[in-house]
Amino acid sequence: MKYWQGIFFMVCLCLGHSLHAQTITICPSCETKSIKEGVEIAVDYDTLLIKAGTYKEFNIHIDKPLTLIGQNLPIIDGEDKGEIITVTADGVILDGLKIINVGTSYTKDHAAIRMIKNKNFEIRNVVLEKLFFGIYLEKASHGKIINNKIKGDAVDEFGSGNGIHLWYAKNIEIIGNEIRNVRDGIYFEFADNCTVKNNHSHNNVRYGLHFMFSNHDVYENNVFENNGAGVAVMFSKFIDMRHNIFRENWGTASYGLLLKEINDAEIIGNTFEENTIGISIEGTNRIAYNKNNFIGNGWALRVRGAIYGNTFTNNNFLYNSFDLSYNSNLNDNVFDKNYWSEYTGYDLDKDGIGDVPYRPVKLFSYIVNRTPETIILLRSLFMDIIDFSEKVSPVFTPDNLLDANPLMKKAGSKEPQLAVKSK
Amino acid sequence: MFKILKYSFYDLIRSRWSYVYFLFYLALGFVLLFLNNDVSKAVITLMNIIIVLVPLIGTIFGVMYFYNSKEFTELLLAQPVKRSSIFLGQYLGVAGSLTLSLVLGLGIPFVLYGLFRSDAIFDFSLLLVTGAFLTMIFTALSFNIALSNENKIKGFGYAVLLWLFLAVIYDGLFLMSLIVFEEYPLDTFSLVATMFNPIDLSRTLILLKLDISALLGYTGAVFKQFFGTNQGFLVSMLMLVLWTVLPIWRLIHKSKQKDF
Repeated sequence: MKYWQGIFFMVCLCLGHSLHAQTITICPSCETKSIKEGVEIAVDYDTLLIKAGTYKEFNIHIDKPLTLIGQNLPIIDGEDKGEIITVTADGVILDGLKIINVGTSYTKDHAAIRMIKNKNFEIRNVVLEKLFFGIYLEKASHGKIINNKIKGDAVDEFGSGNGIHLWYAKNIEIIGNEIRNVRDGIYFEFADNCTVKNNHSHNNVRYGLHFMFSNHDVYENNVFENNGAGVAVMFSKFIDMRHNIFRENWGTASYGLLLKEINDAEIIGNTFEENTIGISIEGTNRIAYNKNNFIGNGWALRVRGAIYGNTFTNNNFLYNSFDLSYNSNLNDNVFDKNYWSEYTGYDLDKDGIGDVPYRPVKLFSYIVNRTPETIILLRSLFMDIIDFSEKVSPVFTPDNLLDANPLMKKAGSKEPQLAVKSK
Repeated sequence: MFKILKYSFYDLIRSRWSYVYFLFYLALGFVLLFLNNDVSKAVITLMNIIIVLVPLIGTIFGVMYFYNSKEFTELLLAQPVKRSSIFLGQYLGVAGSLTLSLVLGLGIPFVLYGLFRSDAIFDFSLLLVTGAFLTMIFTALSFNIALSNENKIKGFGYAVLLWLFLAVIYDGLFLMSLIVFEEYPLDTFSLVATMFNPIDLSRTLILLKLDISALLGYTGAVFKQFFGTNQGFLVSMLMLVLWTVLPIWRLIHKSKQKDF
């Protein structure tokens, strides 16, 4: 009985709200001409319907739970005067707005949309252009950022902001956004339990995605293309990286993925294609690399030291100039059952696993590590000769750094022999 | 000169070795493309072979031809023909037939496998151009060696040593000096050192078109800045021309003075 009463009460409450909630239409020729006015006269749970047009406004402060819906992409032009929308209330929904000309400042982080200490918000189908910071979450939680398009005009790192910026945010979902030409596409600082999915972050000045001190986050099925560097994950724990594509992050010190001081992460099913460095690794513990593809990179993996207890299994290393560069004589990591396109061994018992172990570190990569200028001798006969002699009897490279069970066929490809046997 | 060029060219074209050389490249091209089925990847593999094999064959063939046709040369010298045209004609005959074997031998399979429809055409033509240059350079060098040494064994020895030096030992010394002086800025030094070895120069030139991603890292940017631009490309081509012209000039100069 009590249960039914509860439901009845809830339904009443909902009906009550929907009865109360009004729709306020805003357009240049309406009664309410500006969004600020609209926000002022609205009461909790109202909907502001913003019709197409240009609204020259900034410092719009939303302090009650409202839904702002833009019809045919109305433009809010901040005229470079400062922050445009600041939200401090819970349950605010922003949909279908176009916000341009956020003021650049060297003392304040002006954003197109800023969420402060609120919950359950949703930002969707918003277009941001000519911005400093795009969407800035400050101690916000349980929000969704879906299908937005952010296009900045950043040229240098110090005079530009980030596309989506999370600072002390929790449980945020960032899905299906396109972010380009800003400093960091997506930036996480102290952001925990967040999901980043199906985004396309490209042509950014610094990173496509940047993690700092953020734990228990997942990012999957994103594409990071042509950024200053693809993704930087620093000082974070329990990050789950799956099925992302890191492509064409080229430059003097560029890489697809940078891992620095990372513990207990999983990197599964990602593709690293034509980056200067596929993954640059420094100070990481207990990371599982599984089923990734490294195709045509300068360095597939570049280890800068202090990595312990990492496992590399079932990855494909295809046509990289160097599969692995390693700078110490100590190895505590496991390479097992990967496919290496440069493997020259044989498989007499036809079990799909090479009979001779593969050593991914070449002497040349060791030398290049030490004296970078020697890269000019890449693919010379002399280098091939000393690489060969090092392969036969390792002197400089760690002798236990090897893949004892290199695959003969690409990992993940169908295994016809087994299929036939099982029939 | 052209008559002599024609004679030695036809002589070589008729000889077994040109065919063997031509067939070797033909087979190589077909096998590579058959195994790879990707024109741009085959270009990379081919580069490794061209860099090593073309100079070697140019050297050996040049020395061999010079010593073998010595009697014919002496006969020609008795005739009222200019010395420079005799030697230049012979040289161009050898270099020309070798280059032709190389270009046709590799060109035919690649064209058949759809080179013109692939975007690797520029890389491939660069490969052939450097291959041709390497042939000319090393044939000229070997002619010089043969001309300066009456003793066949000595001449062969020097020719092989020359190849070994430029293909392997030079890089070894280069590497050593880079490591010894690693505290100093070495970008300019390595650029210059590359320029002084035609094999290194060709390799770097081709590599920067192919393996760019690795070279872009770190100091690679400096090399890219140099070789990647039109200016750098022109300078390297000029260096290759210089490498061809200088030995030829010495060949003519020497042949005029030599007492047969």
